[in-house]
This record gives sequence, structure tokens and C-alpha cells, in this order.
Amino acid sequence: MSSIKPRVKVPKEVSIDEIVEIKTLIRHPMHSGRMKDADGRTIPRQIINFFSAKFNGKEVFQMDLEPSISTNPYIVFQYKAKESGKFDFEWIDDNGEKYSISKEMVVS
Amino acid sequence: MKLKKLRKISRRNALLLIAGFTGTAIFPSISFAQSNQALNRINEITKGLGATESDIYLDLPEIAENGNQVKVSFEMDSPMTESDHIKTVYILADGNPSPNVAKFSFTPEMGSCSATTRIRLSKTQNVYLLAENNNGQFLMTNAKVKVTIGGCGG
Repeated sequence: MSSIKPRVKVPKEVSIDEIVEIKTLIRHPMHSGRMKDADGRTIPRQIINFFSAKFNGKEVFQMDLEPSISTNPYIVFQYKAKESGKFDFEWIDDNGEKYSISKEMVVS
Repeated sequence: MKLKKLRKISRRNALLLIAGFTGTAIFPSISFAQSNQALNRINEITKGLGATESDIYLDLPEIAENGNQVKVSFEMDSPMTESDHIKTVYILADGNPSPNVAKFSFTPEMGSCSATTRIRLSKTQNVYLLAENNNGQFLMTNAKVKVTIGGCGG
């Protein structure tokens, strides 16, 4: 599953107290466990069930995902910039596999 | 002999007909019970306390042509301070195989309580938003989405 590479859009430079929008997208089939393949066999459930965002090591946002979330989960949220630092994003799927990416943000 | 046999079959047919009628009489009540699964879940989350209907900005298309990718976004009026902020937001659907869609956990650091994602809807249904603030109070709102092509496969 090394082909899965998350994409995140974080503004590089922001002013203090600015509320910034963070957009995330990860390529994942999100098999709900209800779809059938061409031979009529049920594809077992395989979804990303957890997403978290940390800023300078502190948990700022979490999301629990269910099979009702679309293929290639797209998550947008906001964050109030107080200091420069690094975002750590992490996705965890049903197999316990983790996908992560980090982004720097400079506050001036 | 032959007549007797015929009568027997017709009696069986009559029984089948009765069974069919009772079947159709029972089915609407089953589907009615299922259509409330989101409200049941809300009851479960709030531990029977219920939630106050509130004016929350919940953005969903009125008609979704493809139930596989329905964009949902929400924004709540909250100061998002340590003493007054929204802690959790649940998205629930009453027509999907399972009522749970997503659960968002917010922190005061975020500065605003808003998020966007894309969800699957299997048919025309109501989507509920349930929010819990740090004092344990619940707020909710709902929106109806007409789905042209369902998005749950099968």
C-alpha cells in the first residue's frame, strides 16, 4: 500500500490570529464491505477509520470515519494560527496501516 | 377426485394470498422503524437527554445526482474558547445501512467550528448533524437530500 500518498494544502505564510483553511485528500478505495466485484463476491470492508491533525505535537483535530465516507476521503477544517510550527497529519486504516505527512507553517 | 385436488390447490393459493397481504401490511412498519435509525442513534449518544433544534449552517445539496460523492459542510456559531467550545460533531444519516457517517472532535485551538467532507448516501434521506459542547449540551439540525443514484453498491 505504499502507493497511497496523502495530499495536504496548508498556507505557508500567514499572519497571527488568522483562521486558515486546511485541505486534505488521501487516495483510498474505502471499501464499505457492501460492494461486490465482477464475479459477485463481496469485497471485504477496508476503510480509513481515523484521521488526526497535530500542531507542534499537540492534538488539534480528530475525525472518526465510517463506511459512509466517500472513496478518497476529503477533509477540510480550519485552524487559528498563533505561532509558527509544523502540522502532522495521520490516517489509519482497518489494517492498522498508517499514512502520514507533515507541513510547515510560518506565522508572521 | 380431480375436483377435490383442485379445491385443495385453490385453498393453498388463498393462504398464500393472505400471507402476501399480511406481508405488505407488515413491511411499511419495518421501513418506518428503519427510517428513524438516526434519531435512535441521537438518543443513544445523548443518553436520552435529546438535543435542541438549532440554527446550524449545514450545507448539503438539495438534489444529489450521485450518492457516492455528496459534499457536506457545516459551520457553527461558537466562540471556541477554553470555557465555551464545541467538542464533538456527529453526522448521521437515516437511510444508509448504518446511521453513523462521521464524528469530528474539535479543540479550542481551531478558532472556528467548521469542516467539510464527502459522504455516501444510498437513497433519498435526511442527514442529521448533532453537536455537543464542552458543557455536555446537545444541538442538532437536519437536511433532506434527494439522491438520484444511490452510493452504497450491492
